[in-house]
Amino acid sequence: MSLPVLAARDIHKSYGRGATRFDALKGVSLDIQQGESIAIVGKSGSGKSTLMHLLALLDNPSTGSVELSGRDASGLSGRVVNQTRNETFGFVFQQFFLTPNTSVLDNVTLPLQIAGVGGAERKRRGMAVLEQLDLADKARNKATDLSGGQKQRVVIARALVNNPSVIFADEPTGNLDSATGTVVEDILFSLQREKGITLIIVTHDEDLAARCDRRVYIRDGLITDSLHAVPATPAAASTVSEVRA
Amino acid sequence: MNAVDLIRSAVKNSLRSKTRTILTVLSIFIGAFTLTLTSGVGTGINQYIDTTVASIGADDVLTVTKAAEDSSEGPVEYDPAAVAVDSPNSPPGAPRFSLIALTTDDLDAIGAVDGVLSVQPQLSVSPDYVQVAAGTAYEANVGSFIPGMALDLAAGAEPDSDSSDYEVAVPVSFVTPLGFTDDADALGATLTLAITDVTGTQSELAATIVGVSEEGLAGSTAFTANEVLTEALYDAQSVGLSESSKDSYAQAVVRFDPTGAEEDLTTLKAGLSDLGYTGTTVEDQIGSFKAVIDGIVLVLNAFAVIALLAAGFGIVNTLLMSVQERTREIGLMKAMGLGGGKIFGLFSLEAVFIGLMGSAIGVGIGMLAGMGANAVLADTLLADLPGLTLVAFDPASLATIILVVMGLAFLAGTIPALRAARQDPIESLRYE
Repeated sequence: MSLPVLAARDIHKSYGRGATRFDALKGVSLDIQQGESIAIVGKSGSGKSTLMHLLALLDNPSTGSVELSGRDASGLSGRVVNQTRNETFGFVFQQFFLTPNTSVLDNVTLPLQIAGVGGAERKRRGMAVLEQLDLADKARNKATDLSGGQKQRVVIARALVNNPSVIFADEPTGNLDSATGTVVEDILFSLQREKGITLIIVTHDEDLAARCDRRVYIRDGLITDSLHAVPATPAAASTVSEVRA
Repeated sequence: MNAVDLIRSAVKNSLRSKTRTILTVLSIFIGAFTLTLTSGVGTGINQYIDTTVASIGADDVLTVTKAAEDSSEGPVEYDPAAVAVDSPNSPPGAPRFSLIALTTDDLDAIGAVDGVLSVQPQLSVSPDYVQVAAGTAYEANVGSFIPGMALDLAAGAEPDSDSSDYEVAVPVSFVTPLGFTDDADALGATLTLAITDVTGTQSELAATIVGVSEEGLAGSTAFTANEVLTEALYDAQSVGLSESSKDSYAQAVVRFDPTGAEEDLTTLKAGLSDLGYTGTTVEDQIGSFKAVIDGIVLVLNAFAVIALLAAGFGIVNTLLMSVQERTREIGLMKAMGLGGGKIFGLFSLEAVFIGLMGSAIGVGIGMLAGMGANAVLADTLLADLPGLTLVAFDPASLATIILVVMGLAFLAGTIPALRAARQDPIESLRYE
């Protein structure tokens, strides 16, 4: 088996100390291969979001380590961690976190702006990714004027604009009705299939989890179960071009 | 994020909450406006003093008198050699203590002092009247024009000291009484000066009017004559005087090298005082006056700075609210790899931009208000002081105001900017 793109090695994470100490993760190990889709499934407070934050290098584990392509992330400098999050990771959140009163294009190109890419190049790449998600005609609109499904597609465009190899999606369909949610799921899975992007989805939605290659169940800070799906389900046959909100 | 994007984002963010930004800008505006006006008044008055100083004398000139006995300790002994000289040429405000006249020997002694380039007696002449053609005759003071001094001219040119013709500049207040329609009309006309000698014989001299001088702060309602004319008047006035009386002067004018170091002047003055003479430059005479003005302006500026300090707290407040509102945005940008340093830059630049807006508007409107005040005051309150521009603007001090306000805004912005930079990205992403 090749080197996992991300790996958790016996991660513990606790908040507070003494009587108020709360152990969010109590020894979690997980290997994530390049190009796979994995669902981290659990209830509220199970520790699934904490696990995602640690894998996304947004936080440091109390003990244990997160490995990025085999390298211990705790040894990386803040600058390298920032650069990794900017260039290697893409984020899709349940709440869209779009900057109000700012155009769709500016929202989408935020990671490029952070990376210091010039204006013209930003616009070109932003438009390309909006084109891909069928939002090119909304580029000049204010992000807040869009429908929920459109907003989540903008968020996916923002996650994609820097050509990441891993996309973290935290309840990506949580705020959407089921029809729109399905469309957004289709987009995410087709990106995973066609571009080989690793997809890490945190959810409590069993149906969404079932579409992933692998489901990891987490409960009270421990992995309780891990299931591999049969690849290539019929529902996964649809492509981006066929799904429009 | 590159610098241009950082600045652009900061500007855009500051304009996001318009009402709040406008109110903060307004508070800075008040401080900057006040500071502009107070420093403008300082500049204006000092400029006026400078032009006045230039019209009183040149900057390479020392006025030398024979030091009177130090009168501060006990009664002064009678000195039969002391001749009280009334000196019309001493600047107003100078104490009118009796001076010991300088003789030709004194002049030679002064000339021998190290650093003295030339020494000339200051001739004091008092004509009986001045008159144009057959018009009304007026009493007048006549001062000598020292090369290097700059007359504050309303029209024409300064009297030419190298000329062999009699030339004179008339004060602007004499233009109409002497029968001219305006300043330009006076130029080229012939002025008759009458002077009486000790024997009671009155003689007349004709001089060409070459310039019209503004009345300065030093109350120069005197006519300014060039050297030949002054000498001619002095000769006419001295007819019948003994040689020793004729050759005794109230003051002498010493020239020195103005480009030399400050110490050279100190040495020169020390050399003069060793011989019993006192040398004063124009700066010495006016310097204390300027120090008072500077002190007043400093106090006024301090009040404006207090207003700016209050405005600084306004900036802190505005930006803290902004950081609070944009917690999620900051968290998102951090999650996407924006470093804490850049976040700090983003917010402190926003503060600096607010400072720039407030100070630029304050300085701009302050200048307009100053010019308006000048226009109104010149015809009313300050009508008696022609040549005084109450509020004057010096580009360097205006730029300093803007830079200081921007610096203050930056300092105020560091508190919220640090808070933003230290924000934990997870806090804003936690929504379960």
